[in-house]
Amino acid sequence: MSANQPPLDGLNYQGRFYDETTLHRIHDSMLYIRRFEEKAGQLYGLKKIGGFCHLCNGQEAVCVGTSEAAQAGDYMMTSYRDHGHALARGSDPTAIMAELLGRAGGIVKGKGGSMHMFDRSRNFVGGNGIVGEQVPIGLGFGFSSWYKDDGRVTLCFMGDGGINQGAVYESFNMAALWKLPIIFIVENNQYAMGTSLARASAETSLFKRGISFKVPGMAIDGMNVLEVEQKMREVIEHARSGEGPYIIEAITYRYRGHSMSDPATYRTRNEVEEWRKGRDPIAQLQHLMTEAGLSDEDAFKEKDRAIKKAIVAVVKEAEQQPEPDASELWTDIINDPIEDAYPYPGRVS
Amino acid sequence: MAKITYREALNQAMCEEMLRDDRVFLMGEEVAEYNGAYKVSQGMLKKFGAKRVIDTPITELGFAGLGVGAAMAGLRPIIEFMTWNFALLALDQIVNAAAKMKYMSGGQYNCPLVFRGAGGAAARVGAQHSQSLENWMANIPGLKVVMPSNAADAKGLLKASIRDNDTVIFIENEINYGDIGDVPDGEYIIPLGRAEIKRAGTDVTLIAHSRMTGYALLAAEELAKQGIDAEVVDPRTIRPLDETTILNSVAKTNRAVVVEEGWRFAGIGAEISARIMEKGFDDLDAPVIRVTGKDVPMPYAANLEKLALPSVAEVVEAARSVCYRN
Repeated sequence: MSANQPPLDGLNYQGRFYDETTLHRIHDSMLYIRRFEEKAGQLYGLKKIGGFCHLCNGQEAVCVGTSEAAQAGDYMMTSYRDHGHALARGSDPTAIMAELLGRAGGIVKGKGGSMHMFDRSRNFVGGNGIVGEQVPIGLGFGFSSWYKDDGRVTLCFMGDGGINQGAVYESFNMAALWKLPIIFIVENNQYAMGTSLARASAETSLFKRGISFKVPGMAIDGMNVLEVEQKMREVIEHARSGEGPYIIEAITYRYRGHSMSDPATYRTRNEVEEWRKGRDPIAQLQHLMTEAGLSDEDAFKEKDRAIKKAIVAVVKEAEQQPEPDASELWTDIINDPIEDAYPYPGRVS
Repeated sequence: MAKITYREALNQAMCEEMLRDDRVFLMGEEVAEYNGAYKVSQGMLKKFGAKRVIDTPITELGFAGLGVGAAMAGLRPIIEFMTWNFALLALDQIVNAAAKMKYMSGGQYNCPLVFRGAGGAAARVGAQHSQSLENWMANIPGLKVVMPSNAADAKGLLKASIRDNDTVIFIENEINYGDIGDVPDGEYIIPLGRAEIKRAGTDVTLIAHSRMTGYALLAAEELAKQGIDAEVVDPRTIRPLDETTILNSVAKTNRAVVVEEGWRFAGIGAEISARIMEKGFDDLDAPVIRVTGKDVPMPYAANLEKLALPSVAEVVEAARSVCYRN
């Protein structure tokens, strides 16, 4: 910044300056995801969204902070809890909502649903439904960057459930062997479906899981978006500079059930309330911004109203779309015509 | 045209494609410094270097997934499974990722990779290392399944598979690796999805793939001595299946025997005979008969192993049966 420009409004957090625009962008993104997920939950209750639907309320800081630290060319991929990640990456909310509603304009043309968000224009590569499956695939994206020397970093998310899959350790090993530019981000939301961390993991400090493979790791506060942004920025640079993979364990909490059919018998309401009241990522950022005089309660309320209104409009737009054309059943399977689309001779048109 | 082995033909196909396209790389267990467990990748490390011919840890699920991601990111991986028996460890990535990625992403991501390696029965290696799994793979929409039966086909089909924009399951045959055949030099591409009539005949159609094509040809020679003129059709690509060539042949001969090394239940023969029944019923003068591996895990003892596998004699017997010559 040159001397004759007025200083931007903003705040210093742990030695890093965040200007007002950036802070609002981060806040907008988290709040939008929160309200979007709430709306998705409602639509599920109304049976407008079918199948599985995994919401990320409470975990917004992890995907938003990571997206903020990443570059546009970096690959981002995750499991089936993926609406928030796609939104954080900048994907079109109407396309995401249309996907949830099974519409033609869905982000994957209505073929994937909640678990399979893909957005090639943003290098958002799924949206993978099998726990831990995305990790070796992420390894492949990291490998491609090493092979092509394209300077990209792969941001591969998993949960505290996914990290127990064997494929994850195969991936840690190869990532370290070949020093691939990949960050393994473990969103430790304390429960793999209904099984608490302590009931599923002999070593509950998940960032240590790379020790045998010489993959360094650290735990961060996944409820604090600025901490996530800062730490992710550091490790992304580590990977981009050719130093190899890194494990980030983001300690976070899922407010809603694992999916919409969660019995909620495995934890107390008090526990949920403690996280929600004491550590909520949106409230924490609002507090920091208010303290710094960058906004106030009224302004936040006004923004919340505007976001809710925008999401209502998104739902309306998505609902107006038709269902996918029946011909879509037979497209995008292979790059050639399907040989046996009509197996009965009498039905060949 | 040169006389080379099936394994050399595969090697030639990979080398030519790697020279042509620097997005193509070979990865798998022992492919580089060891020159391949079956020597298919002999000399490739020296020719292309360690960045493009890559030894992996023994970690099939992991490197299969690596192939999927690399393919989505625009590379053209050739992922070698030392044998298809070990690919069972990688099934999630093959079935749930590679095969479905294009569909699940609404067409945004292709998955152009070749999973290749030795399949079928080997010799005296017992139940876990001797089996045919092509019917598992062929059941999955999104996968192509290719199985060459001779050296020239091995080259032409592998080159086509590497250039294909979808995931190709390329199943070689361990017993065939040393077979010598005439293989065209340079650009020799066999389009996927086209069967070949390996021997023309008029009395009965023998449909056989991979190593069984050779058995069918031997059976045809024996049948000729007995006055039965057999036509041998090798699908070469199991999926997409060239049913037109099969149905045309059956329309000519009116009789069919399907030969496969794998198990009978829900096998490739079941699929082919069902299609002949559905679409060529009026051409048939006899029910289609299947000659298959026996429905048992592969035993070790030489005599039992022989009993478990199809034999030329069984193919002859089946052909005579559909010709009502028994």
